[in-house]
Amino acid sequence: MKLQVASQLAIYSVLELIAEPNRQLTVADIAEKYAVSTNHLAKVMNVLGRAGIVRSVRGVGGGFQFCGNARRTTLLDIIELFEPRASLALQASDLGGRTAEAGALGIVLQEIDDTIRTTLGCITLATLRDLAVRERSKSRAA
Amino acid sequence: MKDRVKRAPAQARERARPSPKEAVAEPQASEAGTRLSVRAARPADIEAVTAIDAAATGLPKPAHWLELYQRQGASVAARVIFLVATPAEQSDRVLGFIVGEIRAWEFGSAPCGWVYALSVDPGARLRGVAETLLAAIAAEFRKAGMTKMRTMVARDDRLPMMFFRSEGMMAGPYIQLEKDLE
Repeated sequence: MKLQVASQLAIYSVLELIAEPNRQLTVADIAEKYAVSTNHLAKVMNVLGRAGIVRSVRGVGGGFQFCGNARRTTLLDIIELFEPRASLALQASDLGGRTAEAGALGIVLQEIDDTIRTTLGCITLATLRDLAVRERSKSRAA
Repeated sequence: MKDRVKRAPAQARERARPSPKEAVAEPQASEAGTRLSVRAARPADIEAVTAIDAAATGLPKPAHWLELYQRQGASVAARVIFLVATPAEQSDRVLGFIVGEIRAWEFGSAPCGWVYALSVDPGARLRGVAETLLAAIAAEFRKAGMTKMRTMVARDDRLPMMFFRSEGMMAGPYIQLEKDLE
């Protein structure tokens, strides 16, 4: 499994917004930090806006603001806006049909999929933000 | 929310230590502003502990909680720590409880603290009770020389999983395996 760029950008953008909840950030602010095109990021922000996770504030000093619940919104909630469920885990092809061997391989892949979904579904944005803070402290101390 | 954690597995060889019998944490304001105290469980708490657990699981098991209480400091195999949280000004009103155990060398693991059960009265949730209890038992584990704390949560038990993650707990180096015995 590899997260799509849009999913990663969405997670990074939301983390930027929840770091300072009272401040709006523009697409350009975030795009510059992560060295991505503003066009690509604007599309990502539109998807987050339609999902009610961010809202855009117009006018001078305007930009995007987080409007979800950081303690309840999980990584899976964000990722599923950009990636269909089927793409999260390893996928067996249709090769093997309904044989017992294909069924056995499917059980193993399902176990992997369940683990991925459980992990992504229980880590909230607030938890990831706290983890990032700890990582920053560790790298400063090193 | 919060929280029920399934039992940690297997046996251990940790030497017995005296269990805490009095307050283990000074009254303090929880994140939600409620002043809470944490103290060692007493026999009179078992009824409230049973009721809180039964509210979460639907299964009253007073004998189990009493046995755990009685095992505190009595076993050479494992040290049980059984704490309850109460309002700072009402030490006989149990808002939640946590049970942990120091276990050593099970599955080759160096001694560590296991959180065995954590539950909060449904009427006392969102007041920081679970956070306060987890911090208190972590302090007990630290005092006993432990540098690692573990627990197990059912894969589909989303809220406890989110709670422990929010407290900084991450997936550990062990994977639980099981098999149907027919």
